[in-house]
Amino acid sequence: MQLELTGVRLPLAPFTLEVDATLDARVTGIFGASGAGKTSLLEVIAGLRRPTAGTVRLDDEALSDAPTRIFVRPERRGLGYVPQDGALFPHLSVGDNLRYGRRLPPRPDGPSFTHVTEILEIARLADRAVGTLSGGERQRVALGRALLASPRLLLLDEPLAGLDAPLRERLLPYLVRVRDVFSIPMLYVTHSPDEVMALCDEVLLLGEGKIKQRGKPAGIFVAGAAPRYVLRDSGHSQS
Amino acid sequence: MLSAVWQITWFTLWASALSLLLILPPGVALAWLLARKDWPGKPLVETLVTLPLVVPPVATGLVLLKLLGRHGLLGGWIEQTLGVEIVFTWRAVVIATAVMSFPLLVRTARVAFENVSPRLEQVARTLGAGPWKVFGTITLPLAARGLMAGAVLAFARGLGEFGATVMVAGFIPGQTVTLALSIYQQVNLGRDDLAWPLLVVSITLAFGAVWLGECLSRRRPHAA
Repeated sequence: MQLELTGVRLPLAPFTLEVDATLDARVTGIFGASGAGKTSLLEVIAGLRRPTAGTVRLDDEALSDAPTRIFVRPERRGLGYVPQDGALFPHLSVGDNLRYGRRLPPRPDGPSFTHVTEILEIARLADRAVGTLSGGERQRVALGRALLASPRLLLLDEPLAGLDAPLRERLLPYLVRVRDVFSIPMLYVTHSPDEVMALCDEVLLLGEGKIKQRGKPAGIFVAGAAPRYVLRDSGHSQS
Repeated sequence: MLSAVWQITWFTLWASALSLLLILPPGVALAWLLARKDWPGKPLVETLVTLPLVVPPVATGLVLLKLLGRHGLLGGWIEQTLGVEIVFTWRAVVIATAVMSFPLLVRTARVAFENVSPRLEQVARTLGAGPWKVFGTITLPLAARGLMAGAVLAFARGLGEFGATVMVAGFIPGQTVTLALSIYQQVNLGRDDLAWPLLVVSITLAFGAVWLGECLSRRRPHAA
């Protein structure tokens, strides 16, 4: 997978998102403080926001190109998107949520329903109502739903941010397992250095809509006390 | 006497139901457009839609009379092309009721659509659903209770419609007389004893409809 962001611009209050980058890591972390433009960048890639300038290409396919007015609609991009709150459909059961985006017939190379639900340990939840799920279960179902749509790229927007620390600790291994078992590249938005260190092969440090730093997580963060990792140059966590 | 009350009641229910059927598709579509899209002229349309709620009903009725009358802009054209008369017929009752109920339907339906999180619709799009599938599988089911509440309130408003109807449909026994018109007529003639049964029916129907509307308006926990 190669995601090219060329001269991508999107005005946001109080700054403009401006990104130039080619991403090809298995898991790329997008790290930054709240309001740095991380979610907006993900929404641009998902097709939920239209950039005013620049080009977004995925494996040589233009997803959006401002000069030629190309804009592939979100449903045609083949990307999986998991927002912070999971955004499960409250009127559907867990099983119907999981099957919502599933292609029929399923893509031969796509993950199977059984495999996904086993890996995420959500098979027993299929008949439950969404409202009865715990925070961790909701996030796993949201992740499963996105995986079952056979995405070419998975966009995860702070999937653990709304959860308490012990629950985050318990859910992180599921994300690592998804990374290792399914060969679906991921963009992982977070403001937690610990999550970047556990999950990402590369990290972009975003500040006020611009890439401030880019590199291997070990080059960006150093071991600290609590949280366990902090930014190498600033000496403090952004979380 | 009893048969007259039933006839008037059925006619009122029928006219109100038909007017609801007429306004339901455009009302729901307009409510969705107002809730979800920004477009030029939106504030003007919002104002026009609300107008029948605040303008005196007889004034709205007069506008309809001038518009739909034999020499009116629309009425003349309809009579020439379709050979159908509007004013002082049951059609005028249905149209007047529709016009007066429309704002209630649109306002309630708009709130129902606004209560559906756009985030859910966005996620559905990323899962491969086109705009129509998203509307049918996410937006509509989640807004359904609010839409039904709007429809019930519009229906209830129709049952009590008087001012616009009397202007555009007059009082023609057996053809245009609704519960509200009949109560007014009986009281005017000093026949309060005949007005009472109509009043009881009116209040019962209105109570039932508003109560149902309130029940439907109460949001389920998942509708946010």
